[in-house]
Amino acid sequence: MAVAAEERLHVERKKPRPLSTNSAIAHAVKDLDVDVVAAYPITPQTTVVEKIAEFIADGELEAEMVHVESEHSALSATVAAALTGARAFTATASQGLELMHEILHIASGLRAPIVMSVAMRALSAPISIWNDHSDVMNARDTGWIIFFVSSAQEAYDTVIQGYRIAEDSDVLLPVMVAYDGYVMSHTMEPVVTEDRDSVLAYAPKRSFPYKLDPEKPVTLGALADPDWYYEIKYQIVEAMRRALGKAREADEEFGRRFGRKYGLVECYMCEDAKSLIVAASSYAATLKAVLPRAWEEGVKVGLLRLRLYRPFPEDLVVDALSRVDSVLVIDRAISYGAPYQGPLANEFSGLILKHGLGVNLVSVVAGIGQRRMVDDDFLKLARLAWEARTVRKPETIFYGVRK
Amino acid sequence: MRIDIRWHGRGGQGAVTASEIVAAAAILEGRYALAFPEFGAERRGAPVRAYTRISDTPLVPRTPITNPHIVVVLDPSLLTRETIEGLREGGALIVNTRLSPEEVARIVGLDREVRVAVVDAVKIAMETLGVPIVNTAILGALVRATGVVGLETTLRLVRERFKGRLGEANVEAVRRAYESTHIETILPPQTA
Amino acid sequence: MSSEGSLPAYYEIPPGGAILEPGSSLKYKTGSWRVLRPIINQDKCVRCRLCWVYCPDAAILELDEEYVTSKGRRYKITYKVNYDYCKGCGVCARECPVNAIEMVPEPIGGEE
Repeated sequence: MAVAAEERLHVERKKPRPLSTNSAIAHAVKDLDVDVVAAYPITPQTTVVEKIAEFIADGELEAEMVHVESEHSALSATVAAALTGARAFTATASQGLELMHEILHIASGLRAPIVMSVAMRALSAPISIWNDHSDVMNARDTGWIIFFVSSAQEAYDTVIQGYRIAEDSDVLLPVMVAYDGYVMSHTMEPVVTEDRDSVLAYAPKRSFPYKLDPEKPVTLGALADPDWYYEIKYQIVEAMRRALGKAREADEEFGRRFGRKYGLVECYMCEDAKSLIVAASSYAATLKAVLPRAWEEGVKVGLLRLRLYRPFPEDLVVDALSRVDSVLVIDRAISYGAPYQGPLANEFSGLILKHGLGVNLVSVVAGIGQRRMVDDDFLKLARLAWEARTVRKPETIFYGVRK
Repeated sequence: MRIDIRWHGRGGQGAVTASEIVAAAAILEGRYALAFPEFGAERRGAPVRAYTRISDTPLVPRTPITNPHIVVVLDPSLLTRETIEGLREGGALIVNTRLSPEEVARIVGLDREVRVAVVDAVKIAMETLGVPIVNTAILGALVRATGVVGLETTLRLVRERFKGRLGEANVEAVRRAYESTHIETILPPQTA
Repeated sequence: MSSEGSLPAYYEIPPGGAILEPGSSLKYKTGSWRVLRPIINQDKCVRCRLCWVYCPDAAILELDEEYVTSKGRRYKITYKVNYDYCKGCGVCARECPVNAIEMVPEPIGGEE
């Protein structure tokens, strides 16, 4: 009892400090005692790496910063570092993630337990430095564990959780922590950081079990002929399955130690809700603030915030969907030519069919290239979700596009 | 309780820094706050907007502010009807200008009750810093007119942000603006 | 379709297909790929070592075996081809400065 009280006191004593999400991530890297960082600058990610470089220069983090000429090399170096047993980190956005694409598959295929932060940004052409989710949605089938976070605090906490999950010998998969570029990356907000000893006690360095070591030679990345390739890829399917439980456990344990936990999905104002909006990252944060206004006018819509995207927390999502009549899925990326042009909507459509749920689905694409969305726009989406209980809306709605 | 502040300035005047200092002050005082710019290809002299949201809870939208409680104008050339768009009845308008509150109200076509605070931040900045960077001076006016964050917290953060002699010069700018801000409550024109 | 029953299931393979046994590529006898086989004429060979240098598969063996040519010249080393791994690319024959290596068709059925 005395210990519990003391712990609670410790939790209460921690004072938040003003940090941007980019800075918060750099702090997480420092507090995790990461050994190798290899990255190439791209807005809106740049200040993550700048801050890490500052920590290294000031002697607050003893790490090797590898200067590379492209994101392709950045991720290659990060993967290689992890395979030598180092704790390795990288960060990118937009075109940078696209240029990494081939190495994304190699990272998961080689089972490199790395963590990468992604300040989500639209894709060229036309060139846009602004925010949407096109970059990460393009990387969703690369065998990476993917988190969407909604605050700087959650970004800090999830990078830490990420290493605990990635380095688990039952998982050994790379982790992506994604957040909205600019809208979060450059927003200053309160963040509580933890001391390194507590962070390392929670996420001790568990280096790659088959690491490259001249004393004990192994071969990684050998050619796999048709008799072998399939099994090695199927291992990722199983590792993803195990990662779901590990992610849940990592979040629970984080909550016990640090007093903050998030769940794999978050259902907000779901009790008595007859309709749901599915959103991720900053849109979910905004909806939490705006939905009470919808309820005031009798629009009983809850928020299903997707925090863990890969592996998909199917049971939790199905449980939430089974209690409502309609669901509106906000996509911040376009799946050109697909049945629904929102990639998430397509997945929800499959889920509804798979589980025989009687839920009307509304597919909404919004905020492409950071098209302005103010509070009233989110209210309108809540009303749209509400209407869909009785009125079917079979086509993807491109919210806010000039037609 | 939530207070939304919208900042209007030009690239190089420090509107973004000012928006962050106010958020940081609120955070140090134990509240939740966000500070974020209206993101664009930032360049010197171009009009920029920044936002600060202060709240008792973390439940705050991450959207551009359309209905501010407070509007801060760092450059008098930006004073138009657009500047006060959505400004709430009973809110505050803080302006760097040599004009009087009444003149400011006339230029922007004020049609609701608003506390208008004016300060000659350019003069203060030139005398304390030697350059027309007005963001710290305007902070003094904001704190004086609204009390949205404490003066002492603000001074502490200004000192941390700029460090050394520059920090002291900026602290002086905040203080002098705090003392010389002129505030009037402007009532809507009588329609009767 | 399922592959050979003797091969391991996915969970029996180290993650990512890591190969934990060093030098296991020795088990892979690439010599079976050969169409033309290099034959070294020990009388013509001047022991310059160029074939050994150029061989991309390290399939030229430099042996401490004495050899006396038909003209009575005595060498302390002998070069031989490791036919288990020689793929028959012919680089050795091309680079040999005294044309001491001849590429001949591989005997059908692998007979010597």
